[in-house]
Amino acid sequence: MPDATELELTAQELRDAHSDSILDTEFHRGRAVLVVNPLRIKAVIEHLHDKGYTMLASLHGVDYYPHEPRLGVLYEMLDRTRVDRISVKARVSTEDPRIDSVVELFPGADFPEREVYDMFGVVFEGHPDLRRILMPEDYEGHPQRRDFPVGGEPVLFTYNEEQNYGKYV
Amino acid sequence: MEIKREPLTDFRVRQLKARDMLRGMDDEELERYAEERVLTTTVDKAVAWAQGNSIYPLTFGLACCAIEMMAIVAARADIARFGWEALRASPRQADLIILSGRVSIKMAPVIRRLWDQMLEPKWAISMGACCSSQGVFNNYAIVPSDKFMPIEVHVPGCPPRPEALMHGILRLRDKIQGNEPEGWRERYAAKGTEELLPNEASLGSADISVFKPGDTAGA
Amino acid sequence: MTTTGASTGEGPALTPEDYRQREESITLSSSPVVGESHELLTLNIGPHHPATHGVLRLLTTLEGEVVRDIKPIIGYVHTGIEKTAEDKAYWKVIPVVERMDYLSYYFNAMAFCGAVEALLDVEVPPRAQYLRVIHMELNRIASHLLWLATSALDLGAISMFWYGWREREACLDLFEMSSGQRMHTRYFQVGGVFEDIPPGWEKKVRAYIKEMPTRADQYADLLEKNQIVLERLRGTCALDKETLLKLGVTGPLLRAAGEPWDLRKAHPYSSYDHFSFKIPVGTVGDNYDRYRVRHAEFYESCKIIEQALDGLPEGPHITTDRKVALPPRHELATSMEALIHHFKLVTEGFRVPPGEAYYPIEGPRGELGCFVRSDGSAKPARVHMRDPSFVNLQALAPMVKDGYIADLIATLAMLDPILGGIDR
Repeated sequence: MPDATELELTAQELRDAHSDSILDTEFHRGRAVLVVNPLRIKAVIEHLHDKGYTMLASLHGVDYYPHEPRLGVLYEMLDRTRVDRISVKARVSTEDPRIDSVVELFPGADFPEREVYDMFGVVFEGHPDLRRILMPEDYEGHPQRRDFPVGGEPVLFTYNEEQNYGKYV
Repeated sequence: MEIKREPLTDFRVRQLKARDMLRGMDDEELERYAEERVLTTTVDKAVAWAQGNSIYPLTFGLACCAIEMMAIVAARADIARFGWEALRASPRQADLIILSGRVSIKMAPVIRRLWDQMLEPKWAISMGACCSSQGVFNNYAIVPSDKFMPIEVHVPGCPPRPEALMHGILRLRDKIQGNEPEGWRERYAAKGTEELLPNEASLGSADISVFKPGDTAGA
Repeated sequence: MTTTGASTGEGPALTPEDYRQREESITLSSSPVVGESHELLTLNIGPHHPATHGVLRLLTTLEGEVVRDIKPIIGYVHTGIEKTAEDKAYWKVIPVVERMDYLSYYFNAMAFCGAVEALLDVEVPPRAQYLRVIHMELNRIASHLLWLATSALDLGAISMFWYGWREREACLDLFEMSSGQRMHTRYFQVGGVFEDIPPGWEKKVRAYIKEMPTRADQYADLLEKNQIVLERLRGTCALDKETLLKLGVTGPLLRAAGEPWDLRKAHPYSSYDHFSFKIPVGTVGDNYDRYRVRHAEFYESCKIIEQALDGLPEGPHITTDRKVALPPRHELATSMEALIHHFKLVTEGFRVPPGEAYYPIEGPRGELGCFVRSDGSAKPARVHMRDPSFVNLQALAPMVKDGYIADLIATLAMLDPILGGIDR
């Protein structure tokens, strides 16, 4: 893991290359995170790729409800030669949940981006085949958002089985 | 002649539907029809004995319980002892579907179609907590199997040990062969405590119809 | 047009190369639309199929017997594990998350516990680390045994199924002895392991790993001289390591293609750097290499377990920080604080300071990572498991393109997808 100074150096490089790309840096328990402007995500990822972080270990989404902008997309990048990890975070709001897709650079981002779209509703522009991957195709809603109910069935006990017989929550 | 028309209540609709299901038979025919269905004759008993000893389960594994189902096909807990080792891949050739694992909402129509493709007589075992009653995961994605198909035996466990599944399988075999034990009511001399099924009319309108064992909606 | 003529030597017959050449002479237009000159058949290898890798649906576009395109459709066992985990205290998330990749349950628990321990900044005692390593390597052996059993079943070597299960049952007996359950044992807890190992367990494990290498030799004897297995695995569906790296594939698939990347060596966690073991690496990256890499991992795991048992340190089996781990029961009778800690832990659970952590480990299928975001309460705000099979499945399409459908089945077996992890 890069230490805090290296993280700041990387952030400075990125700020020099693309002026409005880095919004913030976080360093917590040995993990370095670059908080990035979602409009510049492709440039940042390419820059990190050229710097040596050639593998995309994970691409996943987080819902930061109630902090705006709500939907975050995290990219865990891995540099295999130096065994180094860095995370890139881009946050979009629910009103305009669009972000560029990194599928051209990392073909392995195909399924993870579809999953983030399915679960959170983030639209990846430039993705060749953005459709639901885990839920049925005609499902409405994005389940992993924090305001989506967990769902489930009421457990049938003797006191409530008559009211709840056959009910579907 | 006055034709007395009763108002079409919900109950009346159900009664007419039930009468349609009886295929237009009336009293004596109906009694004979019912008698034929009850396991009284020796031939029936022999056939049931044979059926119980040569079930072809369907190779159907969903999730973790499938691993324990494979364990009963393996040598330690061995269903070949009971003649059930011929697992069939095609639902047309299988008698028994063991729902081993969690049933998600995407998979439920697929399983229902598999069930419909199976030919009579057919049975279903719901293995594990997840398909019996959602198990560990009481959430938007899981469906308890009772909601879309009739189940004969539920085997609890997460995952049930191979021995537990064996117990469920043997219970099913007893059921098929007609000598199902009465369970705890026999052991604790509690005959007469059988529950009454909820009154049809008092059931709230179910969004999804709940099947009872013996129902076959054909495909 | 039999291709078996070539192998049984019954006189001149079409070799697979001739057959393939004839097919390649049919030029396909760039769009996979059915035209008059070539016929593409879309076959649905449906969610229920006997190649028992779970409920995976493959939309295959075939030209004759050659696969031209493949689209995996998943989601048939999507359980909403990550959503359920947000609803439960950290302690209770462990059983939920264990059921994700249902063959490597210790690894799922380890990734989650590692992430939470990173957030809590709690120290895992060395005895617990060694016990975790032993259980994880035993789980690796069990997972590879089941992979070998079902893959050989797919290839047609049906008797391998019973041999593989013979060893796997012995391994599950070991798990049952140490934790009480065969699968999904909830043995790993945040801060260590749930209970110390019972007396006699070490002896049983030593007996098991003494026998395991000879059994692995037996499997090699059974399979590797078999002409059918060799024909089906050797030279089929190879993929070079650059493509695999771009796809994010890790684990035995990547190692079979020649890239020696293993998180146990690259970034050791939980005392893996105390043990000396080798990483099997392949050369060509075809199905045979994938089989051999996993087969060789049997021996390496046995070595690791033996070294861990030899060097098992004394000490507590879980962290002594009472705010995170339950106090031992005898303390509840004497100490008031222990009682309060027990009460708080059991009712509410421990609180984790806000932060995010990503903890990757080397599972039997590749890099299994767990991302946990905590917001200061007793329930996680987001748990995401980066499952190796989910990312590895993207490699299926380039692997089987222009291969036979029989090669597709063999490759799917060698890919070792676990649908519980893919769908979560």
